[in-house]
Amino acid sequence: MTETDKLPSGRDRIESLEMRGITKRFPGVLASDHVNFDVKSGEVHALLGENGAGKSTLMKILYGLYHPDEGEILINGKPVRISSPNDSINLGIGMIHQHFMLVQTMTVAENVALGLPSSRGLLTDLDRVSKRIIELANLYGLKIDPSAYIWQLSVGQQQRVEIIKALYRGAALLILDEPTAVLTPQEVDELFVIMNQMVKDGHGLVFISHKLHEVVEISHRVSVLRDGRMIGTRLTSDTTKQDLANWMVGREVGFTPDRGQVECGGPRLQLKDVACGSDRGTPGLRGINIDVCSGEILGIAGVSGNGQRELAETITGLRKTTGGHVILEGNDITGFDPSDITDRMLSYIPEERMRDGMIKDFTVAENMILREHEKMPYSRYGFLNLREISRHADELIKKFHVKTPSRETHAKNLSGGNIQKIVLAREIFRTPRVIIAAQPTRGLDIGATEYVREQLLEQRKQGVAIMLISEDLDEILALSDRIAVIYEGQVMDIVPRAEATPAKLGLLMAGVHPEETKQTSEVF
Amino acid sequence: MISDLFTVTVLVGILASGIRLSTPYLYAAIGEAFGQKSGVLNLGVEGQMLLGAFAAFYVALTTGSLWLGLLTAMIVGALMGLAMAYVTVNLHAEQGISGIGFYLFGLGMSDLLFQKLMGTVETVKGFPEIYIPGLSDIPGIGKIFFSQNILVYGAYLLVPIAWFVLNKTTLGLKIRSVGENPDAADSLGVSVSRIRYFTIILGGTLSGIAGASLSIALLNVFQQNMTSGLGFIAVALVYFGGWRPIGILGGALLFSFINSLQLWMQVLSIPIPSDIAVMMPYVVTILVLVATVSKVRAPSALSKPFERGD
Repeated sequence: MTETDKLPSGRDRIESLEMRGITKRFPGVLASDHVNFDVKSGEVHALLGENGAGKSTLMKILYGLYHPDEGEILINGKPVRISSPNDSINLGIGMIHQHFMLVQTMTVAENVALGLPSSRGLLTDLDRVSKRIIELANLYGLKIDPSAYIWQLSVGQQQRVEIIKALYRGAALLILDEPTAVLTPQEVDELFVIMNQMVKDGHGLVFISHKLHEVVEISHRVSVLRDGRMIGTRLTSDTTKQDLANWMVGREVGFTPDRGQVECGGPRLQLKDVACGSDRGTPGLRGINIDVCSGEILGIAGVSGNGQRELAETITGLRKTTGGHVILEGNDITGFDPSDITDRMLSYIPEERMRDGMIKDFTVAENMILREHEKMPYSRYGFLNLREISRHADELIKKFHVKTPSRETHAKNLSGGNIQKIVLAREIFRTPRVIIAAQPTRGLDIGATEYVREQLLEQRKQGVAIMLISEDLDEILALSDRIAVIYEGQVMDIVPRAEATPAKLGLLMAGVHPEETKQTSEVF
Repeated sequence: MISDLFTVTVLVGILASGIRLSTPYLYAAIGEAFGQKSGVLNLGVEGQMLLGAFAAFYVALTTGSLWLGLLTAMIVGALMGLAMAYVTVNLHAEQGISGIGFYLFGLGMSDLLFQKLMGTVETVKGFPEIYIPGLSDIPGIGKIFFSQNILVYGAYLLVPIAWFVLNKTTLGLKIRSVGENPDAADSLGVSVSRIRYFTIILGGTLSGIAGASLSIALLNVFQQNMTSGLGFIAVALVYFGGWRPIGILGGALLFSFINSLQLWMQVLSIPIPSDIAVMMPYVVTILVLVATVSKVRAPSALSKPFERGD
């Protein structure tokens, strides 16, 4: 215990917070099954679990967004009632949501002041709020301009606004819901510096993540949830990444997929000076030059919104190019219809699998023939061959281990992992020459992620040219043979896997040119 | 003759009646702007105005009290707003469609009540002009700005008040946040439902005043469907004005001045087909809208029902 029990913000600490026997039922699901969880002042307690394990449910109960069916919450040993976010804020609990809760068209000060009583009664007191923001920012080492509009800020800065918002409300305990998911590696480092500072000052932090290396790096204790039940809590120093992964999934998981050696063939997909617009009317791609060879996975790394979506859509013919050429196995396919491109055996695993990858209200069997439904043997003279379609579906369900009650189940009723398996099955089974895989494991749990990655590596072994577009740097590093970093619609550099480090890629992702990268690395 | 238009008397007349004609637009559009700023599109404004106009007229006619008429119009508008709020906030109804429903309800109900309670067109003596001492004696200006009825002054006072509430008060901050990102507001303990109830009921009340300004201040009669699309123009003015009270004022004035101009042209028997003349305000509005495609974005959560999601 330090000499004072106050936090730098002047509020009292929460020495301990305890959740006991928390149970929450949703129709048909036990989202939280008598879960115990606790956080102390001055520690980072990581909460690990796959999608649907009940992490968010538990934290939403703590923040007052959900009401538990059973169980109690104690602060400093005394039971408390939390029935709304207001209650939890008043008790000193703050939450940094995964999707920022900020109003883009308002300033930092306005966002912070929102919902708080004003010192000027009915009128806003933004000057006073701004002054206090600067005070807090200095105390915690967060740089922020109170008069800036949210839309002008980078993702990392927006996250700082969220932290300030919580501190301003006197948060002694902060819940960080997957705070690193949207950050570059450098921004993650900065966040960790801030988190360490807060812990030293006596805050308690709950850190939700499924990136194991981050959990190992930042947390003091770690708890694992699986299927709504608390599997256990351990000191982080007593565990390894491999332990945690097995614990989370409930079985042994292969941690780094075996890539094996594959001979690189000639280029199958070439992009020459490809340019296109974006949905906002600004340039989406500004002259992209990339080759993808047979038997190679080319990773496309970058911070979200730097042209990834446009890249996938121009190659697949879904978006018009404004310049340059897309060449598939020597043929210029620029401006071709998506169906013509598909027919040349280019497969596409789209980023938004629920929106672009399948039709939610179609059955599993129907979704499996979406791409080939006009071809033999699935249809003839415009009539669907239902027997063949059923046989095909059963075969794929078996081959790709799709967990579904039947081939007639509507896709929307399946889990994200199984939906992705259907997309994968459809796109791989037709023995493509090129695969464009956009965020293929986003939102999937460890088991499904592992499966998708193995399948992509298997395709690579078959000599397919694969472009892997991912915002998950760990995934890029685990799978790619070469890594192209895109920034504002341009390729910053293409780095062979052996020379790629998270730090190097991170700088490129932030728009720092390769020459500058070399200089900085010399400095260090 | 066209040259008749350019005498001082006629120009002052055009401007003075332009100011007067903008009254209902200002009340209705500023009420609508509050709703839209909080994320609710209310297409029922026209219906609220019609019922407000009838209520004000009927009460004024039977009791002889214009103020009681105005109060009744406000209550009727507020009740319509309350119903709209329940349907859109609690029942998560599609806002555009339920708004049209409320319009048709107001249209039919005001007509029915008119038939049952009055049957024939009657007139009342509306709110009198109030001459502001001193200022109303200024030549031209005095007639245009300072010789109007109380509802006209009220409408012009409403513009800065609305701006102040939206931009300088904690309530305004809440309204804007609820219209832009209700999830964020909710996470900070702002009640999205309460704010939306407030703005929709406020909008209904102002629409009621807008209707009353027609029936007991401007025209001093009640007729079936007497608003004839005015409420929909008010909704358009909110877009036109970029969700800002000052912009709405500009739009309302432009529209009313041209309307006033065409009325005077008909009065002066300037040889323009009346159909063309009546079209003028609408055509100019469309042209201005096209020319000045607003750079201002609509509130992000406009017409999206809010549900605390996962």
